[in-house]
Amino acid sequence: MSVIFILVSASLVLAIGFLIAFIWSVKTNQYEDDYTPSVRMLFDNETKQSTEINNNESINP
Amino acid sequence: MLKEDYAQATHTQCYHCGEDCEAEIIKAEDKSFCCQGCKSVYDILNKVELCNYYNLEKNPGLNQKTRIRPEKFAFLDDALVQQKLINFKDDIHSHATFYLPQMHCSSCIWLLENLGKVNRYIARSQVNFLKKEVKIVFEHKHTGLREMAEMLTSIGYEPHLSLNDLSDKPVSTYDKSRIYKIGITGFCFGNIMLLSFPEYFSLGHIEDIKLQRLFSYLILGLSLPVFFYSASEFFLSAWKSYKQKFLNIDTPIALAILITFVRSVYEILSGTGAGYLDSMTGIVFFMLIGRFFQNYTYNTISFNRDFTSYFPIGVTLLKENGSEEQVPVSAIRAGDRIKVYSQEIIPADCILFMGKATIDYSFVSGESQPVEKGIGEIIYAGGRQLGGALEMEVVKDVSQSYLTQLWNNDTFKKEEHKEESYIHKVSKYFTIVLFAIALITAAYWQLNDPAKMWNAVTSILIVACPCALLLSATFTNGNMLRVLQNFGFFARNALVIEHLAKADTIVFDKTGTLTKQSTFTVNYEGSELNEETISCIRSLVNQSSHPLSKAIAAALPSGKKWPVKQFEEKQGLGISGYIRNDFYRIGSALFVQKTTGFGADGSIVYVQCNDSIIGSFNVKAPYRKGLKPLFNALKSDYKTALLSGDNEQEFTNLKSYFNGELLFHQSPQDKLDYIKRLQKDKFKVIMLGDGLNDAGALKQSDTGIAITDNINNFSPACDVIMKGESLPFLNKLINYCQNNKTIINTSFVMSVLYNIVGLFFAVQGELSPVIAAILMPVSSISIVLLTTGMSSLMAIPLKRAFREKARISNENDINHLAA
Repeated sequence: MSVIFILVSASLVLAIGFLIAFIWSVKTNQYEDDYTPSVRMLFDNETKQSTEINNNESINP
Repeated sequence: MLKEDYAQATHTQCYHCGEDCEAEIIKAEDKSFCCQGCKSVYDILNKVELCNYYNLEKNPGLNQKTRIRPEKFAFLDDALVQQKLINFKDDIHSHATFYLPQMHCSSCIWLLENLGKVNRYIARSQVNFLKKEVKIVFEHKHTGLREMAEMLTSIGYEPHLSLNDLSDKPVSTYDKSRIYKIGITGFCFGNIMLLSFPEYFSLGHIEDIKLQRLFSYLILGLSLPVFFYSASEFFLSAWKSYKQKFLNIDTPIALAILITFVRSVYEILSGTGAGYLDSMTGIVFFMLIGRFFQNYTYNTISFNRDFTSYFPIGVTLLKENGSEEQVPVSAIRAGDRIKVYSQEIIPADCILFMGKATIDYSFVSGESQPVEKGIGEIIYAGGRQLGGALEMEVVKDVSQSYLTQLWNNDTFKKEEHKEESYIHKVSKYFTIVLFAIALITAAYWQLNDPAKMWNAVTSILIVACPCALLLSATFTNGNMLRVLQNFGFFARNALVIEHLAKADTIVFDKTGTLTKQSTFTVNYEGSELNEETISCIRSLVNQSSHPLSKAIAAALPSGKKWPVKQFEEKQGLGISGYIRNDFYRIGSALFVQKTTGFGADGSIVYVQCNDSIIGSFNVKAPYRKGLKPLFNALKSDYKTALLSGDNEQEFTNLKSYFNGELLFHQSPQDKLDYIKRLQKDKFKVIMLGDGLNDAGALKQSDTGIAITDNINNFSPACDVIMKGESLPFLNKLINYCQNNKTIINTSFVMSVLYNIVGLFFAVQGELSPVIAAILMPVSSISIVLLTTGMSSLMAIPLKRAFREKARISNENDINHLAA
């Protein structure tokens, strides 16, 4: 039966981990704007050109 | 059809803003632009290789025809202003947030997040699209706030800065603590349920006493944050209402939570039972979600705007030596000389001493036509100058001007004390009945089996929690707010829905509310115009930027353009010039020396060719579409009235649509007093208005509805912000609000049924934790489903009406009735 003690405490620790993650995400304003990031992520390909140049520059020397 | 295609082919679209290039086409590389402004934006973006802007969306830009005065943002150099506008500052970087109402597409986001390419001292820029804000981090050693504003303006996003930004109010963000509470309670509730399962399945008898103790103490530990942190708002609210000798809805809830907790702690510590902590955390969890759902706030809408958010921050001060200086509006005093440029708002009551004023007071007083003022006349604050630059002397400080005095009225000072919610009244009876049952049960057991008394009484208070009742209100209201939002009807809070349902009088403002702002209908009267005359008139009015000229130009069909010789514009009178050897004069009756009558009233613009008057244009702000059926529908159920700051010319046209008074020439104070009079006669008043002139009446009324064509624009303090296009459905929207009570009553009956089942066990002292734990979530969830389901179902007729909007024929249009 003592295995239940370990399992219960393990499950609680795990759940507390998720709770902390949730509080952290609220604290860092991740729910502040739920629209712009969805548009922003689509831009990556468009701006690649400039970032590629930067990358090449840093690699070449 | 063919003709249309041809017409489209001949028009060139501006590469930047997508508008037709009408007057001139400016070519650059292979692109065409409608004006220099649009081209210069393209030039800037081209130079810094940001032309991807044009690839993401087609013609994403905004028209740049109205130029912005270079000195406009000079006030941002002021240290005090900077201090207020910069959110955060360290040794290298400053953080500032600008509100850009022009932001409208993904190209905007892309461009505004790549500002670092336009100005290399910008370290980072981040857009919040829903709030239409951009947060810019820049190196303040090399650049400044003013440069930021000017740079944004140069690429077509002029930041909106108002006096309100300078006040010390905290930046309003959503209530984070409630989200924390929901998260923590959800966590505790879930884990407690999990740990309670052995108890449920073994029907209260766990063989291993050690294991049972572990579960019990873990549950107790998990319930502590719920009781002390999450439920604190219920206790606080109940305590406050107790001190005011008033039972609010939180009183029985706080009592139930407290008793459940105390009894559970006693049972666990004494080892006599498992307690009801699972039910308690569940109640708190559902209740918090309900409140969150109900107190939903809109991202971009503010209901509390006062005059400060309408006024500009900076104003041009003329010094004694003749030089100009940009100062914050709050710094100007009576006796100062200021300069107001075209399209700027007059910040204080002034005397004009140089220039010709053409002031648009439509937003302030409701007059639909610009007012002409001569030198020496007093100009009241709040108007927008349409003509050239003005020099004036301030006679009153900003805070004491005619317009802002309205805010010193008692209506604005008194605390919001509108009637209490219906649900609070119900909860009073609920609490009284509950205590009566508890007392009777206590008396019964005292006589028959005293040992069972405490058990039974606490069980009653645990199980008869009015949470189902409260949930029915919060979820119905919350869902209704969301439904209404879809129809362009943004209510400040749930109480507004109840007030709307109870109203019996509706008062309308005219200008901007019933009529549409910034658009005109133009009717021509007089001898028939041939194509050639039309093209001549059009060529002449195209030379002028007066709003009436623009309205006429837009109304005339496009055609040939002729050069205008000896063009002359007399401010406030009209324009004249030679076109193809004919002398044309277009303007007021005075200007054309009219002797014989054509039109009668309104804004009549006469056209004179050589010596004869050929006709006149009647320029009017058009009524919104679909008002006729609305008024007819409202007339049978409500007292309807009209208050207008305008003249009586529309009286005969509108008279038949109202069953109450139609009052014209109403000052803001008159409007407020009228509402007060109605309320004294026990009328429940809905006031619909749009401008600052209605602000007092909106505030005084039981429900103030502000009509706006763009919800991001300034609208005065009110309870509801409504899109102009939704106005024809006002009666249907109010009808929908009236369903509120039906839904709440239905679910209330259901929650009473649940309570009867619970009480059946409780009065016998037989309420086991298992029964409580089953009854509680089942009742809560079914109430939530019932209320949201019913309120969505009842929105179907509303949806159908909106879908038919497109099919509303022109017969319903008041404009046509007038003709």
